[in-house]
Amino acid sequence: MSAITNIARASLSKDLRLEWRSKDAINSMLFFALLVVVIFSFSFDPTAEESRRIAGGLVWVAFLFAAVVALNQTWARELRNQVLDAYRVSPAPANALFLAKALGNFIFVMVLEAFMTPLFIVFYNLRALGPAYQLLIVAGLGTWALVVNGTFFAAMSLRTRSREIMMPLLLFPISIPALLAMVQGTTAILTADFSAKFWIVLLTAYDVVFTTACLLLFDAVLNAE
Amino acid sequence: MNHVSHAAATPVIVINDLVKQFDRFAALRGVSADFAAGRLYAIVGENGAGKTTLLRLLAGLTQPTRGTISMLGTTDLRSICRQVGYMAHPSLLYDEMGGMENLRYFARLYGIQDDEHCTRTIATVGLDPTLSRPVGQYSQGMRQRMSLARAMIHNPEILLLDEPFSNVDNPSAGQMTHLLTELRDAGKTIFVVTHQASQLEHAADEFVHMEAGLITRRTRELMPTETP
Amino acid sequence: MKRAFPILGVLTAVLLSYGLYEALVAAPTEQTMGDVQRIFYYHVPSAWTAFLLFTVNFVASVVYLIRRSVKADIIALVTAEVGVVFCTVVLVTGPIWARPVWGIWWTWDVRLTSTLVLWLIYVSYLFLRRFSSSGQTPLMAAVLAIFGALDVPLVYFSIRFFRTQHPQPVIGGEGSIDPKMLHALLINWAGFLCLAWLVCWSRYRLELLQREVEQTEALEALLDSRRSR
Repeated sequence: MSAITNIARASLSKDLRLEWRSKDAINSMLFFALLVVVIFSFSFDPTAEESRRIAGGLVWVAFLFAAVVALNQTWARELRNQVLDAYRVSPAPANALFLAKALGNFIFVMVLEAFMTPLFIVFYNLRALGPAYQLLIVAGLGTWALVVNGTFFAAMSLRTRSREIMMPLLLFPISIPALLAMVQGTTAILTADFSAKFWIVLLTAYDVVFTTACLLLFDAVLNAE
Repeated sequence: MNHVSHAAATPVIVINDLVKQFDRFAALRGVSADFAAGRLYAIVGENGAGKTTLLRLLAGLTQPTRGTISMLGTTDLRSICRQVGYMAHPSLLYDEMGGMENLRYFARLYGIQDDEHCTRTIATVGLDPTLSRPVGQYSQGMRQRMSLARAMIHNPEILLLDEPFSNVDNPSAGQMTHLLTELRDAGKTIFVVTHQASQLEHAADEFVHMEAGLITRRTRELMPTETP
Repeated sequence: MKRAFPILGVLTAVLLSYGLYEALVAAPTEQTMGDVQRIFYYHVPSAWTAFLLFTVNFVASVVYLIRRSVKADIIALVTAEVGVVFCTVVLVTGPIWARPVWGIWWTWDVRLTSTLVLWLIYVSYLFLRRFSSSGQTPLMAAVLAIFGALDVPLVYFSIRFFRTQHPQPVIGGEGSIDPKMLHALLINWAGFLCLAWLVCWSRYRLELLQREVEQTEALEALLDSRRSR
């Protein structure tokens, strides 16, 4: 167990360090996120009343868009010099690597969301009528739902043709219940028309189920020929 | 022609009728061999002979289509992975990090937290541990030596090296060869796949010649015709 | 085994013809919806058959993960393909039914939406099988099938709750069913099951043969070059 946490920590800190050093990915992604928000604002220009009802969907579609671009980069550094081979011949457990990559993606996408949210608030004059702190819970659980499966499917796509389209192609159908929950939960909190509780419970169940599945099955996927 | 008889002592690696097929292409067509401990084996042959495939099978990176590999007394290669070090033609290193930083990370994968150990290993391959330049900016000779350091960091009994001298300058190649003989003298079993067989002319205990997925012969010395 | 196949073929033809008669003629006309409702006898059995096939796919995938059995992999492939076809039938007949009756093509009702998501998951499964390099296809597909199976209850509950908050007409109706209608329904289901079995069996044999051919060709390539050396 401690081997897993040690290696996960070492891998995560390496990834964060490398990201911090070059800042290439984060800068381009932040700008991309800005573009997404602006384009969405042009495309959907609702009144204040309407905007609260549709903002949940809009915001999460925008987050999903940005997350897919980020997720496709998950294994880019490892691919360059076949580093995964070095990992595979070592005794390091595969799910330690998975955990590190998923956590790294989670942090990355949360940063993007933190950047996009104030922009959305500005463009759509959003104000939560319900308990705003719950938005953080929904954001956290929802982002993890996307990232945990996204990291896993990104690894599965490594050995397919059309790698970059394969990951979202696999991710979207499986994520539908989570996406529904994220959108409904956010709408519930913004409009205060109904309670977000069920959706938060569903997201938690989704996260538990799929985190477990990913941790158990990642070894098979990494070591498939 | 000197043919080497099978290892007298308990062989450290036993391969039995090993076949590896990729769809219709048979990379290995039924290889059987014993390899003794504490020897330096040079695996030579043309492109497509199956040398890299054999090495990858020994490293456990790919599964045989048929046949068995027994290493250190077991067919479960995963269980003895701590005793095996692997080096390939790509560096298996992160271009964005320095040498020491790379080694520190890969050492962690083996549960080694000791920085001193990494420093010493880098010095052993003839590189400067304090060099902060990212590995991506190294010359090929430096990169291969750093990759060798990564493969050795956990002091494995068996080293599998795939084309370590490829595109490497002569001094670096000589240094690596010298290091390999020292490791062999210390009791390690080393397999080197190479096109530059002459590099190991005086270092290798045995030359394993492969052709079209089979071992054709095993000789103690490099044949004159093979000298490139 | 060889004789069972044509017998199954005949049985399928008989059941489907009888089912056709039952559905279009013998079964009573529905009170509110009229004759359009008869599509129900194709919509519902297709759904049940698709779900059954996907369940078999899940079981075969688990067996493959544990035993790496080639036969399990072929069964998984076959049931996924045929399952998607039946699922498509459900998704097409649903709107065809809904439009004349409720005036809308799609209602996001629980069952139809869940079926849509299941269809999406399995189409992505088929894409994965096609796009992944042949060595790992069985393993990757099996893993995806397991993810899909884990997703199914989450899909169902999320959509059901969503629907209780935003109710809309339910396609397929609820409540009790007239015994003569039930009879027509079950005959058609039996016919569909036999059809599914027939197609799966043929596809299975085809795939098995194809793989054996590839194996033989590979073996020949192996021996050929050994001989020529």
